[in-house]
This record gives sequence, C-alpha cells and structure tokens, in this order.
Amino acid sequence: MTGISSGVPLLSLLIIIPLLAGVLCLFVKAEGARWIALIGTMLDLALSIYLWVRFDPDGAQWQFVEKLPVVGGVNWALGIDGIALLLIVLTAFLMPICIGASWRSIEKRVSEYMAYFLLMEALIMGSFAAQDLFLFYIFFEGGLIPMYLIIGVWGGAERIKASYKFFLYTLFGSVLMLIAMLYMAGTANTTSIPELMAYNFPAAAQKWLWLAFFASFAVKMPMWPVHTWLPDAHVQAPTAGSVILAGVLLKLGGYGFIRFSLPMFPDGSLQFVPLVFVLSGIAVVYTSLVALVQKDMKKLIAYSSVAHMAFVTFGLFAMNRQGIEGAMLVMLGHGLVSGALFLCVGVVYDRLHTRDIDRYGGLSDNMPGYALLFMVFTMASVGLPGTSNFVGEFLSLVGTYRASSWAAIVATTGIILGAAYMLWLYWRICFGTQRNADAAAMQDLSVREWWLLAPIAAGVFWMGVYPESFMRPMRNDVGRLLTRLERVAPAGDSALTLGKGAVHMDHGATH
Amino acid sequence: MGRFAPLLPELILSIGGTVLMMVAAFTGRRGSGLVSWLAVALLLGATAALIGAPSHAGPVFDNFVSEDLFASFGKAIMFPAAAIAIIAAHGWFERNTEHSAEYAVLIVFSAVGMSVMVSATSLIALYVGLELQSLAAYVLASYRRMDERSAEAGLKYFVLGALASGILLYGISLLYGFTGTMSFNGLAAAFGRGPPSLGLLFGLVFVLAGLAFKASAVPFHMWTPDVYEGAPTPVTMFFGTAPKVAAVLLATRLCVEAMGPATDAWRQIVIFAALASIFLGAIAAFGQTNIKRLLAYSSINNVGFAMVGLAAAGPQGTSSVLFYMAVYVVMTVGAFLCVLWMRDEEGRPVETIASLSGLAQTRPAFAAAIAIFMFSLAGIPPLFGFWPKLMVFKAAVASGYVALAVAGIVGTVVGAYYYLKIVKVMYMDEPAEPYARLRQPVQGLLILLAALFVSPLGYLLIGPLGSLTDKAAGSLF
Repeated sequence: MTGISSGVPLLSLLIIIPLLAGVLCLFVKAEGARWIALIGTMLDLALSIYLWVRFDPDGAQWQFVEKLPVVGGVNWALGIDGIALLLIVLTAFLMPICIGASWRSIEKRVSEYMAYFLLMEALIMGSFAAQDLFLFYIFFEGGLIPMYLIIGVWGGAERIKASYKFFLYTLFGSVLMLIAMLYMAGTANTTSIPELMAYNFPAAAQKWLWLAFFASFAVKMPMWPVHTWLPDAHVQAPTAGSVILAGVLLKLGGYGFIRFSLPMFPDGSLQFVPLVFVLSGIAVVYTSLVALVQKDMKKLIAYSSVAHMAFVTFGLFAMNRQGIEGAMLVMLGHGLVSGALFLCVGVVYDRLHTRDIDRYGGLSDNMPGYALLFMVFTMASVGLPGTSNFVGEFLSLVGTYRASSWAAIVATTGIILGAAYMLWLYWRICFGTQRNADAAAMQDLSVREWWLLAPIAAGVFWMGVYPESFMRPMRNDVGRLLTRLERVAPAGDSALTLGKGAVHMDHGATH
Repeated sequence: MGRFAPLLPELILSIGGTVLMMVAAFTGRRGSGLVSWLAVALLLGATAALIGAPSHAGPVFDNFVSEDLFASFGKAIMFPAAAIAIIAAHGWFERNTEHSAEYAVLIVFSAVGMSVMVSATSLIALYVGLELQSLAAYVLASYRRMDERSAEAGLKYFVLGALASGILLYGISLLYGFTGTMSFNGLAAAFGRGPPSLGLLFGLVFVLAGLAFKASAVPFHMWTPDVYEGAPTPVTMFFGTAPKVAAVLLATRLCVEAMGPATDAWRQIVIFAALASIFLGAIAAFGQTNIKRLLAYSSINNVGFAMVGLAAAGPQGTSSVLFYMAVYVVMTVGAFLCVLWMRDEEGRPVETIASLSGLAQTRPAFAAAIAIFMFSLAGIPPLFGFWPKLMVFKAAVASGYVALAVAGIVGTVVGAYYYLKIVKVMYMDEPAEPYARLRQPVQGLLILLAALFVSPLGYLLIGPLGSLTDKAAGSLF
C-alpha cells in the first residue's frame, strides 16, 4: 500500500484547493471571503488528515507520488515522506486557526487578505510536497510575495520597513541556493529530489553547495546572526501573519536542512558541524538573554523562536536518531506553541491595542480562561514534561550530547533561560496586582477565541503525552537519512569507553 | 522570384511602408487611424510571413544577410512589439493636434531596419540596418515636437546615437582593414587564424561599444533614462522592446558567428558590460520618482542579464539570450501598457510613481497587473520572469562561470528593491487621486494577455518556447 493507487492527485488537490479559494476570495465581499477562506482551509485540513491516515509508515519512502513532466522545464513532481507529511499536517492545522484569528481583527481589505493567506498556504504546501528541485524553489520563493504584502498592508506602524527587510533578507539567502541548484542539476543531470538525495557529489563541491544552501535555510530558520529580520517581521505582522511565520515559514528552514543539506551533502555537513554548533550555541544564549529584556510581548516571543530554532539545528547536525527526531518534534511543537503564544498576544492586543508588557498585569483575575490557556502554552514553551516541547527538546539535547557534550551544555542553558523569560513574562502579564484599569476591565476569551486556542492546547498535550503518533510516520525516513549519514556522523565525545585501569597505566609508563 | 521569397517579411514591410507613406501624404491627419491599422496589419502580415521554409532558407544575396531561424525568431518578437507600439499610440496622442500618420510609417521603417539587423551577416548590412532603425527612432523620440522634453530626448538621442554610429563605423573600418572582408564568415576565418592582432582587437572593441550603445548596456547607457523619460510613452515602449531585441540579437550573432574564434577576447567585455549593467541599472533606479525613468533603468538592468547568457556563449547561452529577450519583451510591453493607462481625470498622462499610491484600493485589477509585471521583472518566482533569469544563469554555470552567475544573481536582489517599491506604493500607501478610467478594450486585452503570459501559466510555454530558442540558437552554430 503506497497510496498511489487511488489515482486521485491528492497532493495537487492540497495545493489547488487553497489556490482556487484564494482566487475566489478576490471576487467577493469581506464576509464571503472570510467564509470561503475558512472552508478552503478546513477542506485542506481534512485532506491532510486523510493523507496522514492513509500514509503507510512501513511503505515506500515516497508516497502519493505524482509526476507530470513538462518538456524542458520544471517537472510537476510531487510526493511526500513522513517528514513532509507531518509538516503538511501542521500547516493545514494552523491555517484555519489563522483565518479565525483574523476574523474580526482584520477590518480593511478583507478579501485581499484572505486571498494572500490562501495563496501562501498553497505555496507552503507546494514547498513541502515538491519533488523537483526547481519546483521546490518556485514554491519556496513564491511564498515571499504574499507574506510581503500581508506584513506591508496589514502590519503595525513599522510595517513597511519590516516587509522590505523580510523580503530582501530572505531573497538574498535564497538566490545563492539557486546557483547551487543549477550546479547540482548540471552535475547530477537530474532535478528529481529523491534522486539527488542518493547522489554523491564530489566532496570538494559539497562544501560550496552546503554553504549556498545554508545561506538560504539559515536566514529562513533563522539562525544567529542572520535572524534580525525575524523580530521586525513578527512584531509588525498582524497576529495571524506572526502565527504562520513562526508556525510554518520558519519550518521551511529546518525542512530544507533535512531534505537537502544533510542527505545531499553529508561530507559538507560534517565539515560544518562545528560552525552550526557554535552559531546555534550563540543563538540559544544570546537570543534568550535578549528575550529577557524585551518590553514588547511579540518581540519577546520572536526572540524565543530564534532560541528554539537553535535546538532544531543542534539536533539535526548531531546526525543521530535522537537528534533528528527531536529536531522534527521541536519544529512541530514550536509550530503549535509559538503560534498559540502569538494568538495569546493577539487576544489581549485586540482588546487594548498595545503589546507593551507593562500595560498589563493581574489578568488572571479578570480573564481566568485566558490565564489558564496562556499558562499551558507558557509551560509548553518552557518544555514542561507532558507538553509537546519537552519531548522534542529532550530528544534533541540527548542527540546533541551524544555528538558533543560541550554543545549540549551550552544548549541546556537555553532551557533554563527559556524558563526565566517565559515565566517572567507570564508573571508580569497574568499575576501580580492589576496596575491598569483598562487592562483590568478586559473581557475573558470569547467563544471564537476558545475555538482558536483549545485545539492547539489539545495538540500540545497529545504531542507531549503520546508523541508516538508523530514519530511513527517519520521513523523510517529518519532511518533512511541516518544510513545516508552513517559514514560521516561525528563520533562524539560522550560515548562510554572502557577504562584502562590505573595499574595498567603505571605499567605502561615505565616503558 | 524565388530569390526574393526568403525576404518576404522585409518586402511586405518596405513596399507596404512606402505605400502607407503615400497614403499618409495625401490624406494628412484624417488618415492617421487608417494608416495606423494598416501598419498593424502589415506588421502582423510580416509576422505571419515568417512561418514556413523560405524564412529560414539560410544565406541570401551572396551572404549579405541570412534568413535563418535565429533571425526569424527575433522578427517574430519584434514585429508584434512594434505593432503594439502603434496600437498603444492610438488614443494616447491628442488626435487632432499631434497624432498623424507618419508615426505608424516610421515604426514600420524602423521594423525593416531591425529586421535587417537581426539577419545581417555582413558588416555593411549590419550598419545599414542599424542606421535605418536608428533614424526612424530619432524622429520618433522627438515626435511630440511641441513638447520640450520630447524635443530634447530626440536631440540627445540623435547626437549620442551619431557618436555611437561613428564609433561603430570606425570599428567596422578597422575590422575590414585588418581582414579585407565584410562578411561574418570571412571575419570568423580571420579570427580563427590565431590570436587576433591588436588592430582586430581594437576593431572588435569599437564595434561592441557601438552595439552596447544601441542595447543601452553600461557604460554606454547614459542616453537611456533621459530619452525614455522625454520620449512620448508609446515611443518609450517601442524603444524598450523591439530595438533592444534587435541590438542584443545583432550583438549575439556578431559575437558568435563573426568572432566565435575570439570568444575569449570579447567575453571579458561582455562580462564587464553585463555586471555593470545589472548593478548600475539596479542601484541608479533607487532614487527615481518617474516611472518611465525607473523602467529605463530596469531595461538597462535586464540587458545586463541577457548579456550574462551571451557571456556564457555556446548554443545554450545563445538560446538563453533568445528566451530572455522573448519574455523580457512581454513583461516590458505589459508594464508600459499599464503606464500608458496612468492618466489624471482630464486624461493627461501622469508619470510619477507617487501617483500610483494606493492603486490597489482604487483600481485593484490594474494594480494587480502592474504588481505582476514588477515581480516578474524582478525575477521572483512563481512569476514567469523568473525562468529566463534561471536560463541565463544556468548557461553561465554550465560553461563554468559560476562567479559571474553569483554576482549577477546578487544583482537581482539589489534590483528587487525598486520593483518592490512600486508594489509598496500601490499596495501599502494611502490612495492618491484616482486615475481616469479609459475605454480601450484592445489595450486592456493586451495587458491581460501579457499578465497571463508572465503568470505561472507561462511555465506551460517553457517546452515549446525552449525548443524553439534551442533550434534558433542552433542555426548560428
């Protein structure tokens, strides 16, 4: 059972449904566009859940494969493995929530807004499902256009600067990757991603190819020191924009490492493990410290995203099962939790129109439901056992420890600092005395807001209590990646070794 | 009669053009509509005449010109572009005072010149074609003779163009003096005899400099922004498309056919011109407030990318140049057709970028069309403008010029900024005074077609267009 037999091009549908819905949105008024967007994203969610159910974890590596060759151009080649599947499900899950979050907070040019969101969903789905190098690039880069417009049109006061920064930063990262792709297509004489994943590029070339891809994914991820676009983009984007940016778009960077950098350039990857570890180490400590001193709630969460993404890079480049599976789970968990945290910020922002932490306080008195859910997501972000992030962060730290104990020591400080800034944030907002009358007068969550946050909370606990549902689909794919990396995986300094014994040492020294 | 069959498109245009000139002389201003539509019909008829075997019969008239697929491909882009320039002018000029029939006639003669340019296989034919094209263009630039800017544009274009022609002619005389032949084949044989002598090198440099002027490649681009800004917008659209294709294709044929053995000699010039054009075109556009000026820099920038493909040389590089120019023409035509629609309430043309402010709210479809052309010119996928850029970089990487490709692609990021600026003005700024709504179904349809061509649907054309450009490029090797 590989899922091919059904004959229905499910993955194409996954891309076409939001695309059509997006076009349709342009032709209707605000209320119609909202409903079309909600229905479109719900259909996509249903379809992706169907894919999840139909996906056979023990089956072929690539399932639901479609191929429509275009002469001389890009092939419309789609197919997913477990890794792509999980990210597709995450995207499809967050999208209706984003639409719901924008239901009332977006007032102007609603049809356009919904159209861009749906277009973005189509492009993201395409990037995860693409099996042709250039098709991937087209989807990957195409996502810039709707996001640029979403930030620039519906963003906050500094929206223009943020939108430019977002666009040009990520574009600059990606164009170098394009040159590398051209070289790869020329050398390997194929543009098929599965074939390229098995192709052995000359070790000398791998170094450059790896760097070119790194330039793109590191910006997207984002890694220190090219993360500076992220706080701006996050703070200025509308709530739903931040959710999709943190929840899904950042995952394209991690996905890129798993899909391209590691399997295609194993030698290059090995060579740059120290670089990745150093950058990730700095990111964990530095951005956590920066997050501690933020006065703006969104900015704080944005910096925490950079810190969490560093766990992903640590885990991936540890090149062992725990590390890679952990990295994947961190990506999924962070997708849910950071999305939820941005929604939580959005909830109070919609009421008071400020993101200044000092303007809030003691919200647990007048908004108990909000305080409860915010607590859940704060704890998940800290990595409390039983929540999604614990599983991912723990595994990724175990993996890192196996590769390098020093890296693990630095990475673990991130957990402590993460607890510090998140708990302090929560304390300043929900506990303490109510300093501001207007904040004290805010209403608790509406039914719509419950509907947005509760499913994420459920997902967070599901992933924390029974992560097997999420690890099962990718287990074999991680295994395949590991066999590819077997030859190069770093030995590590933490493996148990047989002691030589004091006597033996003395004996040896006399010679 | 058979001897003339390959020249059918040129014959249609020259005889038809002469007849139209007579019609224009006797009907005066009244005939401008009739002459315009007849000229469009002539150009489309000449395009149709490109179909079939005679149009790629090979060398004719003792190897004076070569009617091959390469030339036919160029003509198939240039003739419709010229026709659109006539259509666009109709209804743009003030019918009673400015628009007269000679506009269409001049474009037809210019098209004949360009057609000779792309088929020239002798330095004489090259020069004659180029001058025929340019003389018509000088007049067109100053077509609005009561308008100071237009007159200035014409004069500037003429003086600088004459200088460039002089440089080109000097180069031609050097080449002839040192080889004793005017034909491209003879030149190729002379270059093939060993490393080129100093005289030949000088000739090569001067000829390329002259052609760089026509293609508005840096460092011979100075006239472009002023002429583009000053010339009437339909004329600017014409300058930005057909003559540019002719110049780039002529340079390609000259480099590949006549100077093929001396590739290493001209390649460094082309690489310099390519990178300089890309970066100057991108950086100088930053401060522009006039959309025509901005598009002028955009055209400089785009010629740079086409020249990356030329620098790659070989069949793949040549094919990518053809592909690039084909898509470039559609994007530019689309963008300029949109600019032509920028009129204030009284119907006067507006050219400032600021007037586009908030267009997405007042005229969403119009703004979407401009946004599509801008993103496409910037080469952002999933729009089709991405693909030709990919092709030229692919050719450069395949021939080992990775550093050139990296430098060029960094240039796209620099250039993306000013295309984004237009989108920003349209989508993110507060609405300015709305434009007048025009009833021009033909132009509207053309914009729609161009937008569809550069939309992701264009990717479906990669196959047919790619095999055509491959074949066309193959006729040079």
